[in-house]
Formats: sequence, C-alpha cells, structure tokens
Amino acid sequence: MLSIKNLHVSVEGREILKGINLEVRAGEVHAIMGPNGSGKSTLANVLAGRDGYTVTRGAILYRGRNLLELPPEVRACEGVFLAFQYPVEIPGVNNVYLLKAALNAIRRYRGLEELDAVDFLALVRGRMQTLKMSEDLMSRSVNEGFSGGEKKRNEIFQMAVLEPSLALLDETDSGLDIDALRIVAEGVNSLRSGERAIVVVTHYQRLLNYIVPDRVHVLSGGRILRSGGPDLALELEKRGYDWVKEAAAA
Amino acid sequence: MTEPAAQAFLEEFERDPGRLDWLAPERRAAIEIYRKLGLPNPRQESWKYTDVRLLTRRRFRAASLAPAAAASAAASGHGYGSEDCHEIVFVNGRLSAGNEALPAPSGARIRSLAEAAGTEPARVTEQLGRHAADDGRAFVALNTALMSDGAVIDIAPGTDSQKPLHLLHHCAPGNAPAAVYTRNLVTVGANARATLIETYTGVAGSEYFMNTVTEIELGPGAALEYYRVQQESLAAFHVGSLAVRQERASRFHSFSIDLGGLLVRNDVDVRLAAGGADARLDGLYIAVDRQHVDNHTRIDHEQPQTRSVENYRGILDGRARAVFNGKVVVHKNAQKTDAQQSNANLLLSSNAEVDTKPELEIYADDVKCGHGATVGRLDEDMLFYLRTRAIPEATARNLLTFAFADEIIRPMPCRMVRDRLEHSVARTLPGAAVIGEFMQ
Repeated sequence: MLSIKNLHVSVEGREILKGINLEVRAGEVHAIMGPNGSGKSTLANVLAGRDGYTVTRGAILYRGRNLLELPPEVRACEGVFLAFQYPVEIPGVNNVYLLKAALNAIRRYRGLEELDAVDFLALVRGRMQTLKMSEDLMSRSVNEGFSGGEKKRNEIFQMAVLEPSLALLDETDSGLDIDALRIVAEGVNSLRSGERAIVVVTHYQRLLNYIVPDRVHVLSGGRILRSGGPDLALELEKRGYDWVKEAAAA
Repeated sequence: MTEPAAQAFLEEFERDPGRLDWLAPERRAAIEIYRKLGLPNPRQESWKYTDVRLLTRRRFRAASLAPAAAASAAASGHGYGSEDCHEIVFVNGRLSAGNEALPAPSGARIRSLAEAAGTEPARVTEQLGRHAADDGRAFVALNTALMSDGAVIDIAPGTDSQKPLHLLHHCAPGNAPAAVYTRNLVTVGANARATLIETYTGVAGSEYFMNTVTEIELGPGAALEYYRVQQESLAAFHVGSLAVRQERASRFHSFSIDLGGLLVRNDVDVRLAAGGADARLDGLYIAVDRQHVDNHTRIDHEQPQTRSVENYRGILDGRARAVFNGKVVVHKNAQKTDAQQSNANLLLSSNAEVDTKPELEIYADDVKCGHGATVGRLDEDMLFYLRTRAIPEATARNLLTFAFADEIIRPMPCRMVRDRLEHSVARTLPGAAVIGEFMQ
C-alpha cells in the first residue's frame, strides 16, 4: 500500500527526515513513535502533501504510484486521509456541507454517482453516533468553537465517512481525556479492515492500549532507529526513548 | 475657486430652481454652502484617497423622468414584492407611482418628500440637514440644493412593525450621463421597532451619479434594523450619506453592503446622544477590476454608558481599491463608553489596495475602546485543510473567500435580504456554481 524509500526531507534548508524506509501493507496498523522534534509530524505532512517541505532524496510509492507528484486533493481522492494534530477552524464553512462536498468529490473521481442530501445523511448518521457527534457540532462551521476533544473526534468522524485506504493519524491522542480517547479509538478500530492501512503517529504509548498496532517504529533525529511488534511500545513507555538512541549509536 | 465640474453643478441649480419650491430657501442656502466648499479634493484629509475629479470629467445632467416600464422592470428585478415588505420604488430619483399608491401600514406614515414638502413643510425642514450637517460636506449641500424626491417615514411610538420597509432606488439614465439626488427622512418613535431596507440599483453598464442622503432619528427605546444594499451599475458614481441620531436606550443596527459602483463613497455619522444608546455597524464591500469604494464612519459617544460595535469587511480583486476610515469620538462626559471597531480586508490580487485607518478620540477617562485592522490573504492552513478533504485548490480559495464575506451576511436577521445577498455575493466572486454546493 505505502512504500517509503530512503526519504530525505528539508524544511527551509534544514534536513528533518534523513533517510526513512517504511513498508505498510493493506490491513496493517503501524505506529510511529518518537520524542518531540523527531520528524513525526513532518512525515505525516509530507504524505498529505503540505507545501513548504522539500523532498531532496528518496521516493514515496502509494499503490505503486509516485505519491509526491499528486496535489493534496488528488491524494485525498486516491484514498489518503490525514487526521490533523491541530485541526484548523474555518469560520463560515459548514461542517456538514464540507463533508458532503468532500465525499462527492471523491465519488466523482472514482466514477461513482454523487449522493444527495438524504442519502448522505443516512450514511453519516451511524458514524455520528459512534463518535458521539451531536447535531449541534455538525451544523456549525468547521471546528469553530469546538473543544480540543471535539476537534479530534470530528477528524475521526470525517475519516469514518470518507473511508480512506490510507489513514494517517497525527498525534490524535494529544489533548484528549480518557473518555474522549476511548471514543476516538473505538472509531478508529471500527475502520480496521483488510483493505485499509492506518499509520498512527504518537508521542505516548497510551493510545496504543486501545488501538493495538501490528508494527511499532521509533523515529528519532529523522531516522527510524528501531522497529518491532506491539511490545516495543510498552518497552518505550517503561524505559523512555534514550535507550533506543544509545543502542542505535552503539 | 469654482472648477468646471463644481460649476456644472451650480449651473444645474440655475437651470431648474423650481423643483420642491416650498423648500426654496433651504435649497438656496445649501447651494451657497456648496459654492463656498466646491468639490472635495485629495488635499482634504477625509478625501485623501478618494479622488472625485473623475466626476468632473462627466457632464452629469439631472436625470429625466424614466418611462414607467423602467419602474416595473426595477421592481421585478430588485424588489422583494408586497407579500414580504412594504415597497416604495424610486426611478431616477422620483417616486415611480402616485402618492396614493404608497403603502400605508398601521403605525407608520409614508409619503414622498415632494409631497411632504408641499403639504407639511415644517415636518421636512425640521429634520432636513439637522443631522446631516451641511457645513464641510459638499455632497450633502449639493443634495439639499438639488434633491428631487425621496421618502419621508414616521413610525409612531410603540409600533412593532413586522414587515420591513423597502426603499428601492433605481437609475435608468438613458444615453447621457445623468445625476440623481434623493433624500430620505426617517423617524422612529419611542419604543417602536422597525426594519428599513434601502437598495440602490441601476441599468447594467449605465453611467450616472447617485447622490443620496438619509437622515434617521431614533426616539427613546426605539430599535431600527437598517440595511443598505448598494448594487449600482459598474459604471456609476455613488455618494451616500447616512446620519443617525439616537435617543436614550435606542438601538440601531446597520448592515452596509457595497457590491456595485465604479466610484463609491459612503459617509456614516451616528450620534449616541443619550445614555444607553447602542449602535452596531456591520459592513461588507467587494470591489473588483477598477472599482473604488470608500467607507468613512464616525460614531460620537456623547453621553455616558453608550455602546458601539463596528465590524467592516472587504474583499478586493484586480486593481480595486478600498478605503476604510473609522472614527470614534468619546466626548468628555461619556463615561463607561464601550466602543469596539474592527476592519478586516482580504486581498485576492497583488494589484489591489486598501487604506484602513481607525481614528479614536477619547476625552473621557473611564471607557473601554478597542480597534483592530487587518489586511491579508487567504489562510494557508485553511486552504491545505480543505485540499486534504478532496476540495480542489481553486474551489477552496473561492469557498474561503465567500466564507469571509458570509461572516457579515449570515447573521442578518432579515431572511429575504440575507438569502438574496448570499446569492449576489456568490455571483460576484469566482466559482459561483461551486460555492452554491456549500450553501444549499
């Protein structure tokens, strides 16, 4: 599904990612963990196509295609979804209309018929319940006046409606209390399937108690220093990141 | 001093001194004021960025009566219909139907200025120019001297008018550049509530000069919701003055929308003349190509515990230019004044320009005043967010631009104005069809 090869990325002339290699297959959940400033968010943003990141070497293949040559909206149509670390508030753009326009843009791209308002609402209703999205939140402007937890829930709700092939969750657990964390994790778990890959970027192991990954990678200083199974996350929780760095340096 | 254009307006006065002859003394006094002032020029601080010399290159003659067909065309194209409002149509500055056809809602008296000047001159002269002071305002003086008609509206104390009043001013000038001068006088009695809409339109592409003055007086506890929708021809000159005086605990909420006109200047003066008076001024201007739109507002907090909130937004594309000058004066004994002002501008082109200037003069010491002005482009984070949600870049830009304007329109309590404006604004901006998908 996703194949990252020797990826080097610079921001304003400073190299942030220094040779990332990562293979993610359909059906898998990967966790990318690491200390602050290790390049986790850079990786998520490069995958989603944000401006200002220069790929100096390496390649990203998504379903065999060069992802880097596609603009963000085409990546979205191809099934890439980024759940933002800091979802932006967009006053005046209605939450529901945006989601309907997004879904229909993706459907058009795939040659499917667009959904009208009735079919669309029928589709979103169940997902609203799973993520405890109230009618009130739905009818507001995108993320406007949402609490931190509501914003994160809205991201996962959008993901549940758009049903991406590759979902990138950038620090989705930050700022969530334990109840919100459970709701969000439940939403993500309901989307696990054999056709979908999920990459969870996180600083803490906490989220991984609820979303159990197939693979865990430690990103530090722009490189993946160690990869392992779910146990690696637990070990990081107990021992911190330093021992990985020391082991890598040795 | 008299420059050719200024001279042309004087000649206009000489040519037709007979109109509204009950008001001859007032008109003669006004033309003398104008003769002294001449047209404003860029050396005057309040006209620094708006050069009206363009006006002088045209020979505007008083508009002639338009055929009745123009009136019905205007009403059907821009009216809201008598189901939803009391509508009064002026074409080329004159009441389009006879006085007997004017709406007569209970609790309100509506007549044309031309009629009132003859039958109740005292009513007219009492308010005329009392608030829209002639001194220093050449265009107001010119209006007083040359006005042809307008509406005189008195809402009786305690009236709760459900249906809005709509004054539709339409220009159909024919081939020669025409000038139109309209004057509206409005009083809202104690504890009365009303909604007044003024729409300014003209035949597309036609060239004319609309000079309009509206004077409003709000009695104690009165509340007026006021909409001014300027959608003149894109070749038109529009100079508008609004003067409002508010008594104790009265509330005035104005929405000032500028979408049309080649050169537009609006002067708004609000006097909070008694305690507890509350004014809220919202504004939106959208200018493209070579449109020029200038909004000058002045709010006087004359008494304690008065409040004003002002929020103007602008969108500029092409080589358009906008001016915003928001003056707030807090008088010496106006303690506990609360005055907030904001002006935000969105520039869609590197050739567009905006000059924005807040002006606070505070002579009291226990007040709360704030102001902020921004000039910027579309937010990159918002654009990226929308694109990750499969919205193409051009659509995302159009959508954010519309949303920026809609922040002023969406809160409008009057639904028929709001709905129509959302569509008008969407049509003004690129990508109208796509924006529509988000508006349903």
